[in-house]
Amino acid sequence: MTQSVIVQVGQCGNQVGCRFWDLALREHAHVNKKGQYDEALSSFFRNCTSGALLTYLHPQAVLIDMEEGVVNGILQGALREVFDSAQFLTDVSGSGNNWAVGNLTYGSAYKELIVDKLRKAAEHCDCLQCFFLIHSMGGGTGSGLGTRVLSLLEEEFPDVCRIVTAMYPSAEDDVITSPYNSVLAMRELTEHADCVLPVENQSLVNIVNKISLMSHGTKPGSVLRKDSAVTSGQGSLSPTEKPFDAMNNIVANLLLNITSSARFEGSLNMDLNEIAMNLVPFPRLHYLVPSLTPLYTLADVNIPTRRLDQMFSDAFSKDHQLIQADPKHSLYLACALMVRGNVQVSDLRFASPTPTDPKMTSTFLLSNNTPIQQSFMTLRSFNIFLLLSFQAHLHHYLHVDGMDQSIFSESLSSLNALIDEYHHLDATKARLLPDAPRLSIAR
Amino acid sequence: MSVVTVQLGQCGNQVGQQLCDVMWSDAQHAEGKTYSSVSCERFFRRTSQGDFEARAVLIDMEPKVIKHSMNKAEKCGRWRYGETSHFSQKQGSGNNWANGYSVHGPRHRDALEELVRREVEHCDMLAGFLPVMSVAGGTGSGVGTFVTQCLRDAYPSSFVLNHLTWPYGTGEVIVQNYNSVLTLAHLYQLSDAILVHENDTVHRICSQLLKIKQISFNDINRVIAHQLGGVLQPTLTPDSCGTYSRHPVGELVSALACHPEYKLLSVCTIPQMSSSSMAFSTFSWPALLKHLRQMLISNTKMEEGIDWQVRPPPASAGRTGSLAAGSFNTSLANLLILRGKDVYSAETGAFEDSAIYTSWLPPEEAFSLWKSPVPFNKYEKSATLVSNSQALLRPLDDMVRKAWNMFASRAYIHQYDKFGISEEDFLDSFTSLEQVIASYSQL
Repeated sequence: MTQSVIVQVGQCGNQVGCRFWDLALREHAHVNKKGQYDEALSSFFRNCTSGALLTYLHPQAVLIDMEEGVVNGILQGALREVFDSAQFLTDVSGSGNNWAVGNLTYGSAYKELIVDKLRKAAEHCDCLQCFFLIHSMGGGTGSGLGTRVLSLLEEEFPDVCRIVTAMYPSAEDDVITSPYNSVLAMRELTEHADCVLPVENQSLVNIVNKISLMSHGTKPGSVLRKDSAVTSGQGSLSPTEKPFDAMNNIVANLLLNITSSARFEGSLNMDLNEIAMNLVPFPRLHYLVPSLTPLYTLADVNIPTRRLDQMFSDAFSKDHQLIQADPKHSLYLACALMVRGNVQVSDLRFASPTPTDPKMTSTFLLSNNTPIQQSFMTLRSFNIFLLLSFQAHLHHYLHVDGMDQSIFSESLSSLNALIDEYHHLDATKARLLPDAPRLSIAR
Repeated sequence: MSVVTVQLGQCGNQVGQQLCDVMWSDAQHAEGKTYSSVSCERFFRRTSQGDFEARAVLIDMEPKVIKHSMNKAEKCGRWRYGETSHFSQKQGSGNNWANGYSVHGPRHRDALEELVRREVEHCDMLAGFLPVMSVAGGTGSGVGTFVTQCLRDAYPSSFVLNHLTWPYGTGEVIVQNYNSVLTLAHLYQLSDAILVHENDTVHRICSQLLKIKQISFNDINRVIAHQLGGVLQPTLTPDSCGTYSRHPVGELVSALACHPEYKLLSVCTIPQMSSSSMAFSTFSWPALLKHLRQMLISNTKMEEGIDWQVRPPPASAGRTGSLAAGSFNTSLANLLILRGKDVYSAETGAFEDSAIYTSWLPPEEAFSLWKSPVPFNKYEKSATLVSNSQALLRPLDDMVRKAWNMFASRAYIHQYDKFGISEEDFLDSFTSLEQVIASYSQL
């Protein structure tokens, strides 16, 4: 059995990460009624108990933030017993929403410490397969230090797969410098990650709104089944729900789904390194759009549950996607459907048993498709030219040691090149390419 | 004479387990004492405690499937795998042929050779090797090709008969066509003959003949194992002078693979039905053989939906390369294996018609007949045809076409390049397969 390590950076990364640990523990508790340490658990947790009964589990995680608020919140919350203070790395002052401060200033100052913590986490693993990095693209610590951690991972563990879950800011973000941060971070992601699962804040907001609309609707029979929505914390440990919990739960669910077939047995096993192998045809185009279905289940059992076909078409629709771009009329470079539940190969090809509820089947789609360029284009257009042309806020970045204007222009041209590559592929879809002329045998 | 089965990868280990199970239960239920003992000696050995252990080695790069197969064999309580005759690692090859062939294989070469050698030393006389693997995965195909190469080096005078499972046309693994092209091109140089089962065909057999509603991989593997068992169980051959043949693999290869350009063997079996309808059916040899002959010349893999319009072309008409649908399937060589009641009364003259064979091999050379009066696997009468014909031309051509189209845009090449398989190696593989296609279409 292989292991993975989760590295959560910044406020957003740590909040999402903690939702993930909460849900993962719950899921394992549901499947593993005997409370014994099994192989499924070993992929994310280390056993620190001496007796036969599980009393102390240790998540394989590294938590990094440049302020203390969120991490202290964790230490005071219900998850405090699982984490070990040696897994934390904090500072007091924060990165001030500045990529350069996170990446260059803190990146250099904490380089040894970060590598040390990563190595410690890796040393506990029997066979390390994958690093999951969670951070936001808008903030300073998440985008700056997060991408720095990514390049450190590449340096230190070149053979271990790096999957990044990146939270993209919504159009009306409260941080004015977030477009700068995102563009600067994008370049790092394009160059150093094996796969990136982009998630847009706006899509999460839409999904949360839709679910709350459904759950407060008065139509008979449309009552949501408790705990079935992806936003629910499933009886979360904390009695009061924190503001972003619903949104973070969606992302945590995404991570649970992607790792499920690596953790549990199935008729067609899928390994995490197969994701990058199958879904990334060209090294730079490794942005995989995730979508989830069902988002909720109705409580009324008389309404037939959604059929599998329905779930498949849902998975390909815009509403269930965690990115705003419209997948219709687009070019899919590759996609993978991961299905959990009681499904046979005759229905599809990837199946692993459902851990949470034997009656519920859930589908998770990862697709590498071209409309993602729309998102990147909004990212590019969105204020950046305006900001750059007036050089607004630039001085905040430029006075940081090691930062100069060329990093901006290089990042922007890296983003442009990426958009061009997608655009080029997209242009081929209109005309059906004839088969390439085959090699012919001389007779 | 004993056959050593080498089970490779997820698919190989599942099929291999089913194969051993079919062999065992058939041998136990057979009436003839000599038949059971010859069959047992061929595939099983007695330990000092009197238990039966399969003459098989299990190789995979992840432990899950091997453990599952060994448990399954153990649980049936009749036979089991050797305590130490398995090899597994922690991390799979991730669908990457190059990873299996140039990283995992060479790294564990000594351990793998040692494993096979120990099994070979248990045999009084070695009839040959049967590596069982999938053509599309990473471990099965990549490590499988490497192991076949090792077998060739270490046992240059033994027969190696590869069994390959071809993937579904779509939907399993995106890089399946690349992996298949690399596997086939390499095996063509190494193996004595390559037995092929296509998942698509077997799936249709499950749904239409066996009437299975929800088809799982278990059902598919069962059918493959049944057909393979029909080929490999003891028979009386023309050379064996009234006793059961002692060279199952050698005689199969000499009967069918008479030219190094032609090594692809397909299998069809008649009758196949669900056990519930078997009680109500009677079979007669003339009807079975009439169906089987038409299945052969119209290239149908099951007795339903046979195109009875297909006739051998008149001798005067020139032979053309026949890729078109519904055309006549020319054979190079056929091996008919009859098992069951009244087997000596069966009239097989229809298979000796020179019109169904290529012009340069006389039908008496091209056709071989093996018989066994012992019914196989509960079928009162059954006929299995192993055919070296154009049957696999179309799927092979499809596979090469799809892979070539992907190769034209250089998609996914970087994933192989990472492990040392360059564009050059791809081109070599494509060239040798195009040669195979050209040869078969000129039959």
